[in-house]
Amino acid sequence: MSDRSIQFRSGIVDGIPIALGYLAVSFTFGIMAGDAGLSVAEAVVLSFTNLTSAGQFAGLGVMQAEASFAEMALTQLVINLRYCLMSCSLSQKLSPKMPFFHRFLIAYGVTDEIFGVSVCREGTLSPWYSYGLISAAVPGWTIGTLLGAVSGNLLPQRLLSALSVALYGMFLAVILPPARENKVLMGIILVSMAASLLFAAVPVLSGISSGFKIIILTVLIAGGAAFLFPVKEEKTDV
Amino acid sequence: MYSVFGYIAVMAAVTYLIRMIPLVLLKKEITNTWVKSFLFYVPYVTLAVMTFPAILEATDSLISGAAALLVAVVLAYRGKSLIQVAAAACAAVFVLELFLVR
Repeated sequence: MSDRSIQFRSGIVDGIPIALGYLAVSFTFGIMAGDAGLSVAEAVVLSFTNLTSAGQFAGLGVMQAEASFAEMALTQLVINLRYCLMSCSLSQKLSPKMPFFHRFLIAYGVTDEIFGVSVCREGTLSPWYSYGLISAAVPGWTIGTLLGAVSGNLLPQRLLSALSVALYGMFLAVILPPARENKVLMGIILVSMAASLLFAAVPVLSGISSGFKIIILTVLIAGGAAFLFPVKEEKTDV
Repeated sequence: MYSVFGYIAVMAAVTYLIRMIPLVLLKKEITNTWVKSFLFYVPYVTLAVMTFPAILEATDSLISGAAALLVAVVLAYRGKSLIQVAAAACAAVFVLELFLVR
């Protein structure tokens, strides 16, 4: 088997939990899109072209308020700005020798989940691994939306509740193994979780949108850690 | 009154540009140690922030969310694969909620 197909297949396998988690979230999105007055086709096209949870939910609200396109653009910019940070981080995993057009295609799939799984791969990132992840995740997101929009009762609540932790389980499977041998990473993870809890519990802070909370905490914690514990050359691939 | 597809096009364009521009502009390897270290730490902070405490509120009961967290932490720490950890967390919620939620 060629290296491409090996990478693609392992992307598909790692993409399955993403697809399952997406199914639960986008199913809810499909229901809400229907409630907001969107047709089934509109809801499905929206999910397929945007591939983002918070931005889409917020977009429904903007549509219902019949706000201007400029307001819509600004809302999406603010909520999705974290992807900018993720793309910066991801850019360092790509080989400079990789044909340039791959960057335009990989960009479509920079979601929290696909980013998290691909950026923690060892060594440089093969675009085919990304395409594998995308090929598994996008159908999950799109079909979930379709099912939710067509019939909100198709999936039992019990199943949705269980599937809703798939993405979080996956996140932990991504960040914990490298932290086992790296005390700095473990410290960063614990500090991040504690800070996140603080943001959820303290009244003024809990009013901050989740997109901004991620940006603020990432800049502060990753920035501080980079200052205190600069990564040495040979350790970048830990 | 704008068309829904007009809104969708605006959303898709803005979201894509945010994702695409850094990937296209940052072609070279960054050599600055601080920036390099910062970008290396980014995913650990973002994923940790997104996971906790959100996992506790994701399910229909706080207890099942906490159980999912526990199961996922133990299995992830032991180096189980993404799909194993995700499936075990889902299974823990499903089984617990058979008893907890009517």
